[in-house]
Amino acid sequence: MNSNLQFDFTIDKERKTISVKREFAADLNLVWSAWTTPEILDQWWAPKPYQTKTKSMDFRVGGFWLYAMVGPTNDIHWCKADYKKIDPLLSFSGLDAFCDENGNVNEAFPNSLWTNTFTEKNNVTTVNILIEYKELADLEKIIELGFKEGFTMAMGNLDQYFEEKFKLRNEI
Amino acid sequence: MRRDVFQAIADPTRRAIILLIAFQSMTPNAIAEHFDTSRQAVSKHLRILTECNLVKQEQSGREIYYQLNGTKMKEVDKWLEQFRKIWEGRFNELDNVLSNLKNKKK
Repeated sequence: MNSNLQFDFTIDKERKTISVKREFAADLNLVWSAWTTPEILDQWWAPKPYQTKTKSMDFRVGGFWLYAMVGPTNDIHWCKADYKKIDPLLSFSGLDAFCDENGNVNEAFPNSLWTNTFTEKNNVTTVNILIEYKELADLEKIIELGFKEGFTMAMGNLDQYFEEKFKLRNEI
Repeated sequence: MRRDVFQAIADPTRRAIILLIAFQSMTPNAIAEHFDTSRQAVSKHLRILTECNLVKQEQSGREIYYQLNGTKMKEVDKWLEQFRKIWEGRFNELDNVLSNLKNKKK
């Protein structure tokens, strides 16, 4: 259905970044609100079969979005995005972290700075996502853990994949 | 002892070694020159990398050269591909949400 929409995904270890670029067949206003309105975010943000449940959201610089990713077995992973910079209908950036239900950040996992930039052309809106890590080790850790605890592995096969990996490691 | 590719890349020195020999195969001595750590420490990292099948040894005359094992590095790529798929799934979901929203507007 959307095969004609562009989707780029690149990891730059030297710059410690992940960049994702995707086109959406909708105008800028709609795409912007899909990324910044909790009611809409709840409908798509969590990868299947997880569901997003927003606890609170204050889309202002200094504000944050506190949400849970709830799995099919009712496993809950709390996440938070602290908004750092907002240019309405152009871009916003925020610090992404894993936390508890009160928003207390779990320092054991690397956090990352996200910058989402929006541009529209002929009713197609392109979203550029740049995810920056402080240390190469952080990026490697994310790659290595596969967002195990935080990005909440949606796909069963990936969970299984990591289970195997961790099993291997425990045997060492 | 069993080791896997992700353990290999978990250590910064080992990542540096991988980058180093990605361009050309090198002897242990030549590799060790790039690090402040002892020759023994570098040897230990090379042993782990070899056990993980990330690097291969090749005898050339009296010297042993270490080189990258390309197929093993593909395991990492495979993982990234799955990571990419998660994004893909998420964005497809957003496509649906956007098209619903558009229909509602009409």
